[in-house]
Amino acid sequence: MSLEILLQTLMSGVLIGLIYALVAIGLTMIFGVMDIVNFSHGEFLMFGMYASFWMYSLYALDPIFTLPLTALFLFALGVMIYKVVIKKITNASMLSQIFTTFGLMILFRGIAQFLWKPDFRTVDHSIVSGHVSIAGIQIGSPQVTAGVGAILVTAGIYLFLTKTRAGAALEATAADKEAAQLMGIDSQKMFALAWGIGAACAGVAGALLSTFFPIFPEVGANFILIAFVVVNLGGFGSVVGALLAGVLVGVVEVMGGLLIGPQYKMALVLGLFLAVLMFRPQGLLGKA
Amino acid sequence: MSLLRVENVTKRFGGITANQDVSFQMGAGQIVGLIGPNGAGKTTMFNCIAGYAPPTSGDIWLNDKKISGYSPEQCARAGIGRTFQVARTFTSMTALENVMVGAFLINRHVATARKSAAELLDFVNLGQFKDKHAGSMTISEQRRLAVARALAVKPKLLLMDEVMAGLNPTEVKETVEVVLKIREQGISCLIVEHVLEGIMPIADAIVVLDYGKKIADGKPAEVSNDPKVIAAYLGDE
Amino acid sequence: MNTLENTAAVGIPPIESAAPATPAIPARTFQPKYLLWIVILAIALLVPFFVKDPSHQNLAILILMAAQLGVSWNIIGGYAGQISLGHAAFYGLGAYTSTMLITLGSLNPWLSILAGGLLAAFISLAIGWSCFRLKGHYFAMATIAVAEIIQIIFTNWEYAGAAVGLTIPMDKQGWSVLIFADKEPYYYLALGLLLLTLLANLLIERSYLGYYFRAIKDEPDAARSLGISLSKYKQIAFAVSSFFTAIGGSLYAQKELYIDPASVLHTGLSIKMALVSILGGVGTLFGPIVGAGVLTLIEEGTRMFFGGSGRGTDLIIYAALIVIIAVYYPSGVLGWFRQMFARRKAQQSQRAQGEQV
Repeated sequence: MSLEILLQTLMSGVLIGLIYALVAIGLTMIFGVMDIVNFSHGEFLMFGMYASFWMYSLYALDPIFTLPLTALFLFALGVMIYKVVIKKITNASMLSQIFTTFGLMILFRGIAQFLWKPDFRTVDHSIVSGHVSIAGIQIGSPQVTAGVGAILVTAGIYLFLTKTRAGAALEATAADKEAAQLMGIDSQKMFALAWGIGAACAGVAGALLSTFFPIFPEVGANFILIAFVVVNLGGFGSVVGALLAGVLVGVVEVMGGLLIGPQYKMALVLGLFLAVLMFRPQGLLGKA
Repeated sequence: MSLLRVENVTKRFGGITANQDVSFQMGAGQIVGLIGPNGAGKTTMFNCIAGYAPPTSGDIWLNDKKISGYSPEQCARAGIGRTFQVARTFTSMTALENVMVGAFLINRHVATARKSAAELLDFVNLGQFKDKHAGSMTISEQRRLAVARALAVKPKLLLMDEVMAGLNPTEVKETVEVVLKIREQGISCLIVEHVLEGIMPIADAIVVLDYGKKIADGKPAEVSNDPKVIAAYLGDE
Repeated sequence: MNTLENTAAVGIPPIESAAPATPAIPARTFQPKYLLWIVILAIALLVPFFVKDPSHQNLAILILMAAQLGVSWNIIGGYAGQISLGHAAFYGLGAYTSTMLITLGSLNPWLSILAGGLLAAFISLAIGWSCFRLKGHYFAMATIAVAEIIQIIFTNWEYAGAAVGLTIPMDKQGWSVLIFADKEPYYYLALGLLLLTLLANLLIERSYLGYYFRAIKDEPDAARSLGISLSKYKQIAFAVSSFFTAIGGSLYAQKELYIDPASVLHTGLSIKMALVSILGGVGTLFGPIVGAGVLTLIEEGTRMFFGGSGRGTDLIIYAALIVIIAVYYPSGVLGWFRQMFARRKAQQSQRAQGEQV
């Protein structure tokens, strides 16, 4: 196999990995702040994809341009889900929590299937469609844009968490909810914020993906599993960890697909997941 | 041969030193109070002894067997029983069933466990509540239930974490009576307590921790007059 | 005066959370409650004599099979409180193992089915070993991952038929090959398996294992302080659960005589197995049976009103059910009945006290 193919694969792995990282950041944020694993996170990505698709299909608006709208829409959806459903189970048993988000996962998929049918959709002519040549390697420009977009949003989230008051409040709530409350930080608002941002991250990832990835109701299924792997590898609650782990997982997946066969890609990633669980459950950078 | 020997135990987590070089001993059939201001490291010490947090350095011996580094299950089997600050009773079960869970360590037969459990509930004066749901019991009842449950594993040493907190004077007196009965059975009790009126009169010895270090160790009368101890508590106000 | 005190007096353990509330008759002593279940069992045994239409018989079999899977799941998910969201893995493993041993290995069906169960139990030990030391949601995620991996493996494994699947040829019939032309024997097989699974569950529930499982679910740290090794007992629950689930998968294979990854390994199955228990009442013996009945009714109702349009309406209903139950009625139908009873009893005693004053 030629060096070119190897490098091409490596690069596409990194780029998709950045998308994985973005999805995982949303997941890890919700978990970090309120200790709830959102099994329906992949569906936020799916809704982001559909939002982009419909704005493209009905109004001829490019997903890249409607990205901020998609982000806003998903942010609102995340907050709404928190207020209507999640708020009620913040202190419930783990069984209730797992089943609630798991139930939401199925519900969202069912709603998407009902509204938009199981057919695959694609965004055929985005402004970023086509190929570019980077350092002599041919790579799809949607993928490059997606990767760049993911980096930018991740950087934005990181800055938000470290440089703004709201971000600091969020981090404080994640570290110690009671202490944060004593300092006057409203946990409810923080939880809603975490859900909003988390959903928005997944939604943006979806918008970026929509330029080159097929859109269908169950599309969240693979991404949620990968997001679990990434969050686990990077450490629950760590944004930087999610970024590094995302890229690693992306590379492993794509390289594995090249070396072993595309139908085993997922098995490889999941195998990595189980290995991490067994040997280093706290991940690369996180607290267990 | 002492029952429990804590030898130079230090426990650090994430940059905090919760216990520093703490050493003390206790013999069989003794009641020892472990006191100190908030944050002194008392519950951490319990967690070290009962296997929930292995010491960073130092050793813990039970009847000359090294137990530092044992898991909580192993500690239970070695003869350590404990209660928790929050009672943590099994809320889906009745009081009797709660104690039976403990009794199963000694004998797996349901009928035998049920009998032992009933006896233990009588011992802590909860006999009439044996079919009551643990979740619907008052805090004081749940605490005593937790004690009965811990006794079911036939411990040599019982660790009690703030059993008297928040109780009214009658309840404190009841708890003291139970603790004395436990000592009569030959079981040693190491008790973390803030309610000094409860523990000082019955303890054979008092160990005082402050900021993770042991600052006093001796008979209750000596310790309560120790200027270091007084300073530690006053300083906490 | 009330059920629980009487049952204690006659030596039946008052295991409140496991004792099913009987919906129609508020039992005053234990006899009517057990009588009710004996009557139900008798009816169940006689169903094939009254119901002759094969499609109705099939419906009954489906309910029994769903109930059995629910009872199996309940052992790990309801009693021990470890949520498995990938139980289809064991179902499929059972189905594939027995089918492959029968068709490709020419092994006796009974042994093949047993082998499937044991393999599933073994795999569950492997999963449990890695996950049980970790917090609950890791386990849930790991079960999803394992189910996915197993589905991928079987979809791509030529020897096992890959995506096309495997067929069990119907050359012979009878109990030695466990293949029948009529539905009646399958009905009794399903009923028998359900009863066997219930028996296992009952024996566990009444032994120290049942107490340990509930303790682990309620307060794991307190359980450890009583000498209970969490991993060990979770493993036991998981192994028993996966064993029976696998046997259920084998039964499906013997009934349909055709399996493929889509029919025995898909996520929907995992969801259903968990839902049946949550709906009826996790951690109760008969909850999954109630859940299976209700769920099948809902399925049939959906089919009648919405037609199998493939538009995901049944998914939406399952999902809405799961969320509503998880949020508002975590103890399911049986739990709801029990609460109603408790409230009515409390009102009655309050009224009685009011009258005394």
